[in-house]
Amino acid sequence: MKSLFYILSLVALVLLSYGLYQALVVAPTELTMGNVQRIFYYHVPSAWTAFLLFFVNFLASVMYLIRRSPRTDALAVTTAEVGVVFCTVVLVTGPLWAKPVWGIWWTWDARLTSTLVLWLIYVSYLILRRYSTGGQTPVLAAALAIFGFVDVPIVYLSIRFFRTQHPQPVIGGGENSGLDPAMWKALLINWAAFLVFGFLVCWIRYRLERMRQTVEETRALESLLEADLRSTR
Amino acid sequence: MKFLYAAYAATWLIHLCYLAIVSLGFGKLRDEVNERASRAKAAS
Repeated sequence: MKSLFYILSLVALVLLSYGLYQALVVAPTELTMGNVQRIFYYHVPSAWTAFLLFFVNFLASVMYLIRRSPRTDALAVTTAEVGVVFCTVVLVTGPLWAKPVWGIWWTWDARLTSTLVLWLIYVSYLILRRYSTGGQTPVLAAALAIFGFVDVPIVYLSIRFFRTQHPQPVIGGGENSGLDPAMWKALLINWAAFLVFGFLVCWIRYRLERMRQTVEETRALESLLEADLRSTR
Repeated sequence: MKFLYAAYAATWLIHLCYLAIVSLGFGKLRDEVNERASRAKAAS
């Protein structure tokens, strides 16, 4: 397992470096926006990775409610946390792209607002998990995650249903949409790189969560034993 | 170009900060596990 982790780390490093080279050097400069459009190669793959992680979180939450397995609970918290990190990247790189292109950092249009709401839903999920006490916390968190996931398709479809400041879909957006093949290549390599990197981060975070669960179980067992000893004295 | 570099730098800053937080979590848990192990050893 350890060697697989190191191999994947190497793959991630190579892909991230190659993706950076593709984004900054190989991909053509966009005619109207210029070089700042290259933010696209980090902004969009981060959003897609966040959506995927929230989808895994949704599946793990459903599985947890059915099976109540600590493994699926650990997977749920892992994917939510790493998903929030990727969603934070989207919310930070977006305004850095918007300012030179739109002249404003932020606008309350459907895409931007629904993305912020998505981030807030999963941050509240993590706060609930961190600060709520009692045995029902994972169940409550799973229920929140299932309902919270409803916002993911809303974010995705917002630019198709509403007129927004955010650009209309470039990929699968109709006749006048589309990407230059070199832009496609840069986009897909960066997405692959972020997927492998995200998977590795999830691997580390999942191990931490499983370790935390074991420590908590030991703590609970110790306090039970102490209480038992006190009652027998 | 400064916005482009700022966006790329911010991306890696966010990821590295998160990795640092996870590493701190590992450190804390490891300390607790070691402390419990030494306490159990002393008790036995």
